[in-house]
Amino acid sequence: MRITQGCFSFLPDLTDEQIAAQVQYCLDKGWAVNIEFTDDPHPRNTYWEMWGLPMFDLRDAAGIMKELADCRRVYGDRYIRISGFDSSHGWESVRLSFIVTRPQEEPGFRLDRQESVGRNVRYSTHSYAATRPEGERYADR
Amino acid sequence: MTKPQELPREAPVEAIDLRHEFADLGIGAVLDQLDSELIGLKPVKTRIREIASLLLVERIRQKMALATTFPTLHMSFTGNPGTGKTTVALRMAGILHRLGFVRRGHVISVTRDDLVGQYIGHTAPKTKEILKKAMGGVLFIDEAYYLYRPENERDYGQEAIEILLQVMEQQREDLVVILAGYGDRMEKFFQSNPGFRSRIAHHIDFPDYSDAELLWISELMLQQQNYRFSPEARDAFIRYISVRKTQPLFSNARSIRNALDRIRLRQANRIVAKLDRILTADDVMSIEAGDVLASRVFASDMAAAGEGQ
Repeated sequence: MRITQGCFSFLPDLTDEQIAAQVQYCLDKGWAVNIEFTDDPHPRNTYWEMWGLPMFDLRDAAGIMKELADCRRVYGDRYIRISGFDSSHGWESVRLSFIVTRPQEEPGFRLDRQESVGRNVRYSTHSYAATRPEGERYADR
Repeated sequence: MTKPQELPREAPVEAIDLRHEFADLGIGAVLDQLDSELIGLKPVKTRIREIASLLLVERIRQKMALATTFPTLHMSFTGNPGTGKTTVALRMAGILHRLGFVRRGHVISVTRDDLVGQYIGHTAPKTKEILKKAMGGVLFIDEAYYLYRPENERDYGQEAIEILLQVMEQQREDLVVILAGYGDRMEKFFQSNPGFRSRIAHHIDFPDYSDAELLWISELMLQQQNYRFSPEARDAFIRYISVRKTQPLFSNARSIRNALDRIRLRQANRIVAKLDRILTADDVMSIEAGDVLASRVFASDMAAAGEGQ
């Protein structure tokens, strides 16, 4: 099941050229660009691991594409996303976030129903990948 | 303007109107501006002219669908103090940007402290951070020889040098590195880091200015600050230049700038000394011979002449 989080996730995967163009858009707007990765793509898992520090004061996307290449070399089997953080007053939040790398196989989620008191049913989403320990979830697929 | 690789692929053409292409790129304007704003510096201007011609030819080759590689543009500026190395480096970014060799045209100016860390493992992230910031523009490393400290074998400068060399080689189209420093020390630096010398395509030596050029520079500086020499002051300043050149610690245009600053102080003092009068714009703009001749440079010259007798 293809994960759809952030921008562009219903489109075909972006090429490096397209990613660089989006990153350049962020930089031109003065946003700090971050690279984050995870192997737990649960929709409520908002805090992904950061690759290095947020990149402030950059002018050109080439630097970020270099970092992305480095990140892919290490964590290429996981989800990697790029986000643009707008620090200007009144925004102070992430303005753009999109997935740039995903595992070859995405097993998707199972919906668990738990019967609770009365006729209540509690739902939870359970990632099939997350049954395995962290770091081994996508490695050998 | 886009850089050569980004040009849309069109059907290869057989013949190209060179003059039209030249005008299209605006190279002429860039070169004219350079000639009018920088005095002297013949070797520098020649090299920029060559780089500009190369770009033109590269574009034409691109249109004719001939294989091209991105030229190496890393530079090393050597020369005595005050010969305009920093000024030219800062301007170079703009020139390369207008010629389409760098994408953004900004300059990140750094020295040793910005690249080299203070403890193990600190240098690499620091250097990479700076390199990322400089991507798409020019990284200007002033007094580059401080990066390498042979007297301390545990110095982290070497690590910064290795990272720099790697990026200079692999990401030539993303970044232009300009090193600057005094001639003899840069020579030693290159001897101990032969990798650097071979990765830098343009070694440009900045010559010392001649007396006439220094006078020209001083008049340009004064003009920018809305001052001017009276004819006698100009003669005095010509003498000042020739005397100052023989004295120790002469640093070309920088010495001239400092001399002019002191002359302005003396001029202000002279004006304020006589309070009971009506000043005109002409009075506050003009520098008199007395302002120049009061300089300590002449005093020591006299003393030296006196001792000679």
